Amino acid sequence: MSAVRSAAAVKPSSGLATLVLDGFGTNVNMCFQCGRCAAGCPIAYAMDYAPAQLIHALRLGMEDVVFNSRTMWLCAACETCTTRCPQEVDIAKVMDAAKILAVRRGFKPAMSSVRAFHQAAMANIKRFGRMWEAGMIVSLKLRTGDYFKDMDLGKRMLRKGKLKLLPSFTGSRRAGRIFSRVKSVEREEIEQS
Amino acid sequence: MRYAYYPGCSLHSTGSEFDNSLRAIAPRLGVELDEVKGWICCGSTPAHSVSELLALALPVANLGLVEQMEADEVMVPCASCFRRLKSGHLETTTRPEVAARVNRVVDEPYRGTVKVSHPLEIFSDRDMLAKIAEKATADLSHLRVVCYYGCLLTRPPKVMQFDRHEYPMSMDAVLRSAGIATLDWDFKTMCCGAAFSLTETDIVYKLTAEILDEAESVGANAIAVACPLCHANLDTRQSEIEQRQDKEYGLPVFYFTQLMGLAMGMPGAYLGLGKHLVDAEELIETATQAPAA
Repeated sequence: MSAVRSAAAVKPSSGLATLVLDGFGTNVNMCFQCGRCAAGCPIAYAMDYAPAQLIHALRLGMEDVVFNSRTMWLCAACETCTTRCPQEVDIAKVMDAAKILAVRRGFKPAMSSVRAFHQAAMANIKRFGRMWEAGMIVSLKLRTGDYFKDMDLGKRMLRKGKLKLLPSFTGSRRAGRIFSRVKSVEREEIEQS
Repeated sequence: MRYAYYPGCSLHSTGSEFDNSLRAIAPRLGVELDEVKGWICCGSTPAHSVSELLALALPVANLGLVEQMEADEVMVPCASCFRRLKSGHLETTTRPEVAARVNRVVDEPYRGTVKVSHPLEIFSDRDMLAKIAEKATADLSHLRVVCYYGCLLTRPPKVMQFDRHEYPMSMDAVLRSAGIATLDWDFKTMCCGAAFSLTETDIVYKLTAEILDEAESVGANAIAVACPLCHANLDTRQSEIEQRQDKEYGLPVFYFTQLMGLAMGMPGAYLGLGKHLVDAEELIETATQAPAA
């Protein structure tokens, strides 16, 4: 009676759970709601749904709950949940899946600052090949409109020579090629699905 | 020993003292570093937040560059780069469908021949520990260091396969061999708030304050790290946390490679101690001047 069911025998219970399994290789239906992910998460205190709750909402196919949640945007990717899950659900990967699917479905990210950071960082890498931190910070400020945040700190860091004033362009063409190929492969895959 | 070397973006800017100090100590230990030509960013947290394919393609493109150098092992000091390159290697060598997808978007297909290693992995080898002990001649007996490993050196253990994931000891072993006392504490692998430093800074203030509190309560007078983002949060944000908590930590944050260099008798200026926002030079001066109590 107590035979452990293999992961392959556990079928995703909703369209959303199927998307996460097919697109990201993680089966949220393996979760048995023990809550270890929520207990170990250093940022659960700031989330609207604990990680285990978001997983449950995915299984129930509650798109509005999942895609409007702050939870996945507040994930620091520390991987404590993934490490401790007794059912081997890659919860940190599920958080990435929730962010990517929310954007793909046209939901407004519940934490716009975090989304702006991802966009500023990726635009920077695409353009320069290597992250140019000073430029990324300026472009983040343009996106968030929060111009005065960390001004003093920025000045102290410049004085200490911690921020480079000019970017490097080494590898910028290589990065540009990868970004554009990824874009076309992903478009192709979405059209096929 | 010769390694291909992938510094990553932070080690060329905010964390350049990690790069400088590693390059300074490596030859003393018989380690040669060949920087990967034309390397690009690993994508770090932003990439896996926007595209799984991009998050694998960026590190795998770099592994392909290592193969072109005909090197079979790459040393990766930044914890986040280390994690991404490890993932790139593991995913493309164990899942053929992923390899096929990634190889469609990189310039050269990756053949899966590169071993991705962290300097702590290389330095905590038994023979290397003996060599470190032999080279470490400076008296740093005044230091009481807590080793802060952060998240990604050991997590997730299935990918990283490095050290004990809840209570790692490799950095402790390296520093103890260098004659530096390291303390037991509970916050070795707690999260500092990572990339929320620029956006949701309150999270970093809270989590980093907890780490500083714990370091202080076990009696540490310095923190050692192996990650440029951990360093940014613990060092760069420390004075703001002091203002908010209305207390003074004054805890210098060193890259473990800087402590190794100091133990080998190298001057602090040479190891980039002057780049830290929390003064690190004063502690080293008192430690080297005063006789052990």
